[in-house]
Amino acid sequence: MQREAAIREPLILGNKSYKDITDDVVGPIQGPAPIGWKIMITISAIIAVYGVGSILYLLGTGIGVWGLNKTVGWSWDITNFVWWVGIGHAGTLISAVLLLFRQKWRMAINRSAEAMTIFAVIMAATFPGIHMGRIWVSYWVLPLPNQFGSLWVNFNSPLLWDVFAISTYFSVSLVFWYIGLIPDFATIRDRMVKPLPKKIYGILAFGWSGRAKHWTRFEEVSLVLAGIATPLVFSVHSIVSMDFATSVIPGWHTTIFPPYFVSGAVFSGFAMVQTLLLIMRKGMKLENYIHVKHVEYMNIVIIVTGSIVGVAYLTELFISWYSGVEYESYAFINRFSGPYSWSYWIMMTCNVISPQLFWFKKIRRSLIATFILSIVVNIGMWFERYVIIVTSIHRDYNPSSWGEFHPSSMDLGIFIGTLGIFFTLFLGFARFFPVLALNELKTILKSSGEAYKKQHDNH
Amino acid sequence: MGIGVVALIGGYLTDGTEHHQRWWANLLVNGFFWFSISLAALFFYALNYAVEAAWSAILKRVWEAIFKFLPIGAGVMLFILLAGQFHAHHLYHWMDSSLYHEYMVVEGEHVNYVDTMEAGAVANPNYDHLIAHKGAYFAPAFYWFRTIAYIATFLIFATLFRRWSLQEDAQPSLDLHYKQFRRSALFLVFFAVFSSTLSWDWLMSIDTHWFSTLYGWYVFSGMWVSLLIFANVLLIWLRSKGYFAEVNESHMHDISKWMFAISMLWSYLWVSQFLLIWYSNIPEEVTYYTQRFFTDYKWPFIITFFVNFAVPFYMLVARDAKRNVKFVLPVAFLIFVGHFADVYLMVIPGTMFDHNVFGLFEVGLFLGFLGLFINRVLTALSKAPLIPVNHPMLQESKDLHH
Repeated sequence: MQREAAIREPLILGNKSYKDITDDVVGPIQGPAPIGWKIMITISAIIAVYGVGSILYLLGTGIGVWGLNKTVGWSWDITNFVWWVGIGHAGTLISAVLLLFRQKWRMAINRSAEAMTIFAVIMAATFPGIHMGRIWVSYWVLPLPNQFGSLWVNFNSPLLWDVFAISTYFSVSLVFWYIGLIPDFATIRDRMVKPLPKKIYGILAFGWSGRAKHWTRFEEVSLVLAGIATPLVFSVHSIVSMDFATSVIPGWHTTIFPPYFVSGAVFSGFAMVQTLLLIMRKGMKLENYIHVKHVEYMNIVIIVTGSIVGVAYLTELFISWYSGVEYESYAFINRFSGPYSWSYWIMMTCNVISPQLFWFKKIRRSLIATFILSIVVNIGMWFERYVIIVTSIHRDYNPSSWGEFHPSSMDLGIFIGTLGIFFTLFLGFARFFPVLALNELKTILKSSGEAYKKQHDNH
Repeated sequence: MGIGVVALIGGYLTDGTEHHQRWWANLLVNGFFWFSISLAALFFYALNYAVEAAWSAILKRVWEAIFKFLPIGAGVMLFILLAGQFHAHHLYHWMDSSLYHEYMVVEGEHVNYVDTMEAGAVANPNYDHLIAHKGAYFAPAFYWFRTIAYIATFLIFATLFRRWSLQEDAQPSLDLHYKQFRRSALFLVFFAVFSSTLSWDWLMSIDTHWFSTLYGWYVFSGMWVSLLIFANVLLIWLRSKGYFAEVNESHMHDISKWMFAISMLWSYLWVSQFLLIWYSNIPEEVTYYTQRFFTDYKWPFIITFFVNFAVPFYMLVARDAKRNVKFVLPVAFLIFVGHFADVYLMVIPGTMFDHNVFGLFEVGLFLGFLGLFINRVLTALSKAPLIPVNHPMLQESKDLHH
């Protein structure tokens, strides 16, 4: 076994045995639902129902119920879409990229981050879906044979690339998540006493027996999927950025968009992971597995990606002046001093300045500060997309058509509604699924468990 | 090295182009390329500290030896920029001060450039409003302030890192380790800004009218991958001579993985920049690519991309290939030349236009710099123990096996 350097902090605190890990993860599934969970899921479900209602109203009436107008033809719909896709980035980064980098701390957080990813991507996909207006012909976005009529998709359009990118990303993330769940489902199956849950978990576990052969295949598949998923981490948000950047709209068309969107996505994804996990670890008593060191690592990712985003903002701003292109510089002057300057400064404060607080060790190891900042970052990243989308188009080349965007109650209802649906799904996951990759965690207990590390050091 | 000196002198004497443009342009290509490899080594050294990577602890002397070339690389760059400032060459069009003024007053032989239409002034035919607009950024004082700030920062960090590293050999000290960890993070902050701005100042400004926000990151990925290729080949060679006995297959696999991954990063950024500019096709930007696609540079430009992307992708995607010298070496040689060509194609089309010549001088200069670089790196390597004995993660690094 590879001996871990003594100066590394342990990843599993306390004197845990293999059985303790199983108990800690499976216990909450077997026991009755705690009251806090019931309250939270009730609230989320009410909001979710409101969201579904808003969506149905939109589908029945048409997208005129949004606050869009002739100048601002894209607003909250696409803002929400990009925001949710961005959040959906952390899961795959954690499970795929960190797996390739052999970062063992990922094992405490990958399961829930992947679940979050999947739910976030579902929320994201909702927006272009309902934005089509006629959702019942949404299959037209697929390159189907011409029996369906004379329609053929426009392969030159980045919106179509999005369809491919998001659906690929979603399927790979789902498979990745599910493969990881199989051994843990089997553990739950073996623990369950009541016949019906035992049966259900048995089906979900695909007949996993824990043989060496199963484990070999499991590890091989994980590595291959990690290899496939890593380019996807880049491709999805690059293509989302190209929805804007392939155009000739000043403020949208800039070459730095693809990598900068990817970085922003990871940034917002990690913020959402922090928001969710800080509550979950407390509610489910997982403090020994997801502890300060994990939070610190994630905060470091947040500083790095936040600073990359900051460098990109400044680069854009500088080049808009340097280019000498009048329209280009105006787009940015309008951004920070025009009618939407408040949103620009919210974005700058939340995304560039606030994460810099994590340079202080005290702050990045403080759970309360992390929780607050993670929400600040979530807000900031929503505004980033809002700034990019709305401020770039609300003043076009013809001043007589300049306008502003005012969200309608449906804009608000659908956005809040997706939050409700998302939290409902996540709470459902937290109740019925193994929230930690318990079988993977067992593999690092002896190298990174606190009690074991102490033993090594005494030798 | 000998070849280099001959090429350097012979090239200068035989270069018939105006102001020895060919000589200077190729000096810039080599100056930047080799400087950037050593800068990338400094970056990678800091990165490995900042992320607390253990696998590479055993290799840290390699990065150190490579970044020891920084003073020479920086010297060459300074020499080129100074020469430009004194108008010994015209690599940087914006260094021509006549571009910035709308009017001029001609008094016999002497021309006085002025900004306003005063008595006796006529329109300045050299006036370029786009470059004049950038005047504040290219003002000599500000330009030199930046250039000196970059070089001073890099040299200070390089000196300190090396000093602490050698101190740690003499005396195990966790404090020193954490100090390096913190200073590395600080260096990365500087590097994040400077790597972009220096590529604008030293390379992007050659095509003075043109701009691309992604340019800095694209140049950065190029220098990073060139470093990894160089280090990989160097390690293979040193291991074949019996050095670095404790560096095992897994370390070599890891470094090949890095080489593979950053090759893909470079390709990704290349495509991102190209695709967006090509797709939008606006005259402000597309000139950069028309200058490379509809001229004699067409095939070199296209081939460079495909070599740098497809060769590592298809040859090294398999696990066993990354561990097999027979695969790694040919790929490494090809893409090393490929990334040199990448820098070449950033500099030459905007400086030599359609009068470019590629001959013995170019080859000789490349080989000369290669010789000098290897010589400096090996000398630096021989000055300290190859294994940093007191690195706190050394044992974990030695145990690497996967």
